[in-house]
Amino acid sequence: MFCSFSAAGGQAHKRRRTSEPIEIEDRLESLICRVGEKSTSSLESNLEGLAGVLEADLPNYKNKILRILCAVARLLPEKLTVYTTLVGLLNARNYNFGGEFVEAMIRQLKETLKNNLYNEAVYLVRFLSDLVNCHVIAAPSMVAMFENFVSVTQEEDVPQVRSDWFVYVVLSCLPWVGKELYEKKDVEMDRLLSQVEGYLKRRVKIHVPMLQVWTAEKPHPQEEYLDCLWAQIQKLKKDRWQERHILRPYIAFDSVLCEALQHNLPPFTPPGHMPDAQYPMPRVVFRMFDYTDAPEGPVMPGSHSVERFVIEENLHCIIKTHWKERKTCLLGSLGHGKHFKLVENIHLSFFSQVIFGELFQLPSPPHMDVMYTTLLIELCKLQPGSLPQVLAQATEMLYMRLDTMNTSCVDRLINWFAHHLSNFQFRWSWDDWADCLTVDLEKPKPKFVKEVLEKCMRLSYHQRIIDIVPPTFSALIPADPTFTYKYIDESTSSLPGYPAAINVGNAIKNRASNEEILTILKEVPNPNQEDDDDEGESFNPLKIDVFLQTLLHLAAKSFSHSFSALGKFHEILKTLTESDEGKLHILKVIYEVWRNHPQMIAVLVDKMVRTQIVDCAAVANWLFSQDMAHEFTRLFIWEILHSTIRKMNKHVQKIQKELEEAKDKLEKQQHKRRDSGDDEEMEKNSEDEDGQLEEQIERLQEKVESAQSEQKNLFLVIFQRFIMLLTEHLVRCETGSVDISTPWYKNCIERLQQIFLMHHATIQQYMGTLENLLFTAELDHHILAVYQQFCALQL
Amino acid sequence: MSAKLNALNSDSYIDVSQYRDQHFKGNRYEQEKLLKQSHTLYVGNLSFYTTEEQVHELFSKSGDIKRIIIGLDKIKKTACGFCFVEYYTRADAEHAMRFINGTRLDDRIIRTDWDAGFKEGRQYGRGKSGGQVRDEYRQDYDPARGGYGKLAQQHRSTEARNSF
Repeated sequence: MFCSFSAAGGQAHKRRRTSEPIEIEDRLESLICRVGEKSTSSLESNLEGLAGVLEADLPNYKNKILRILCAVARLLPEKLTVYTTLVGLLNARNYNFGGEFVEAMIRQLKETLKNNLYNEAVYLVRFLSDLVNCHVIAAPSMVAMFENFVSVTQEEDVPQVRSDWFVYVVLSCLPWVGKELYEKKDVEMDRLLSQVEGYLKRRVKIHVPMLQVWTAEKPHPQEEYLDCLWAQIQKLKKDRWQERHILRPYIAFDSVLCEALQHNLPPFTPPGHMPDAQYPMPRVVFRMFDYTDAPEGPVMPGSHSVERFVIEENLHCIIKTHWKERKTCLLGSLGHGKHFKLVENIHLSFFSQVIFGELFQLPSPPHMDVMYTTLLIELCKLQPGSLPQVLAQATEMLYMRLDTMNTSCVDRLINWFAHHLSNFQFRWSWDDWADCLTVDLEKPKPKFVKEVLEKCMRLSYHQRIIDIVPPTFSALIPADPTFTYKYIDESTSSLPGYPAAINVGNAIKNRASNEEILTILKEVPNPNQEDDDDEGESFNPLKIDVFLQTLLHLAAKSFSHSFSALGKFHEILKTLTESDEGKLHILKVIYEVWRNHPQMIAVLVDKMVRTQIVDCAAVANWLFSQDMAHEFTRLFIWEILHSTIRKMNKHVQKIQKELEEAKDKLEKQQHKRRDSGDDEEMEKNSEDEDGQLEEQIERLQEKVESAQSEQKNLFLVIFQRFIMLLTEHLVRCETGSVDISTPWYKNCIERLQQIFLMHHATIQQYMGTLENLLFTAELDHHILAVYQQFCALQL
Repeated sequence: MSAKLNALNSDSYIDVSQYRDQHFKGNRYEQEKLLKQSHTLYVGNLSFYTTEEQVHELFSKSGDIKRIIIGLDKIKKTACGFCFVEYYTRADAEHAMRFINGTRLDDRIIRTDWDAGFKEGRQYGRGKSGGQVRDEYRQDYDPARGGYGKLAQQHRSTEARNSF
């Protein structure tokens, strides 16, 4: 891949004569991005060679090289020390370039902070701090920057997440540069750390319960992330900043680098707090295994060792960079890319813990759930002798702790496990979990197994599930997903809707027109009324029942058949569901006929929302209705609710985008007119065009407002229902002097949490209304606590 | 500020494959343009017994599905081992290419590829016997895809008759 670097200067000169500038820029990019990857030469000699090539290209390509280096600092944090070493070598050869690079980095840091890219800003500051180790930046000026960061903790009336971030940045750089800074400025650093300690002591941590994967402290405490990092830094300090795991190529170049002149960082004042700033949310550190759990192999670093932090950071960075390509992701993580591995053998338990940690992260994983499933499957292919056992052990541990696992995390575990099993012939030692058969089926363990089997069935078929579990598990096997038809045969002929059902069925089979079918339906008596209303316009539940049951029965064969039926008879369905009661009843009927097939219910509800037969609020009201109370803790209910909320959100976003595009178009048009100075006739045409656009913008504005109003109403309905249900339960328990913590209660309160966590960005727009109308001080403190924890995520 | 590094934008799992639909109405350039914008995936190596429900469950993991069209034997009108999955957004289809392609459905490793878009008629197999072309000529025995390939089946029955 590389040409030999021994004639680097000559080669570069030759290239310039024969290649296009664009090609050279691409080649520079490629050289820089790929340094450190598989090569026959050592990393040191590759860095040396590359530094020579870049130095020679500085006269013509300085700005491009600056841009590329700034970009890799921001985008390839897992190769941090490789690039700081490179910059160190360049600085030693060209002092001015070193200065320009530092200035460019500071500019980039300001930009990333302005654009709320806080995670990338961390990488930039870490890069700068490691440049101290490479003799590019003078230690005292780095300490001064850290002092400015920590002084943010003195600011008043700012969100805690703001000062959290500045403290986090400083602490997270210390594994790289703590030793050097303490050697040069120990008094200042001690003062800094003592300020941090004071801040951490007075920090408010209401948010922690909402972000913990498990509510129990044993066997592994779920530590708040800053507390954990502080403990790790404390231990590192006690060990006199001896850190052995970070790869430091600059050590090999010490004799060259220590001859270089250093630059001072310009004084950096942290940008002030802006109201629209979006600081990163706090986190809780995920701990599943510790060094006592790992089978034979390299010992896993203890939870408060800084190696733990450094390695986990590195793995998170690798996943972040390579999530789109699972093979590359694994090769990087397992250290097959020889130069950017950190540890000789990342233990598989450790790596799988990092993956599970991301999967279970609250509020949400950094990437899609399915990415992690596929990554683990790929890992099983690469390590077939060892990973399957690790995963089995992990699953077993997770199963044992289900009682205290957050419901949102249990959902993800269910989906992961079922999907994973489907790739391995559903092989599992179910008998190991026989304990779940001895308790109430609503308890977490049997519930988990039941939901897993349901998901497994969706990926296969009913008989398969019967075949894979022992007969003792029959109570947990999902129902055979068959249609339940009320008007099935003559035995049901006494039902009031039966004659009409027969007629409607025949009419549909004979391709009757909508009018003919509506005429048949007019004959259906209305159980809500004394006399038959000839208009038949008022809500008639039996009419809906007869039509929909019969239609769906005829279309029961597959999803496509049912969708086709809904499409064909869209007009009739819209007529029947004009009222809110109608909408609610149609959902009721769908549940009645397909109660054994929750997957079908979900796709039909989705279709009906998309074709506007029912609206989102109707779905919410139906899910919370008394009729569905017995299904309230089942996973499919929540999947339908969240899917409905997502559709609502996407709808609002879509219209907002249309509005923005129209506004942009108008602005562009007006600019063009102003700039080109048209003649009178053209001006009149342009004004007409403007008028049309303005009308369109007004219409879209109304559409946006109406959509947002519907969205706000949806959340109000959902929260109101939660409050009603929870308050009822709490009052009942109080009067009966019964413990409130039933499995139902734990599920319900965590489902309320889940609404906040999964849709926090949208809900934040409506905080004012929520606080004034619903989450007032009169509310039971158990319910109010959830709201307060949510607020604490951005305070 | 935001220098996009081409060298870092590797996303090989969503690349267009070598396959081009021979029945496509239009030239190569048009077909490639559609493939690069498509929200529709072709899914191959399915079992004949895999249902729309199973496909929906698996492919929903990468996003909301607009529709699924199960591939049919042209003569028998039964499933013949492929389907189309259309998403509402390109991004969701890309996620499927990254995370569902190459994993198992009904114990078989399935393969996804970009499709220029469903048109009536494309749901039918193009093999002489009515199923997919690949099932005409293959020599192996695959119980989930009708047993032996069609040609091999004919040879077998000819042999059986001759040996009798």
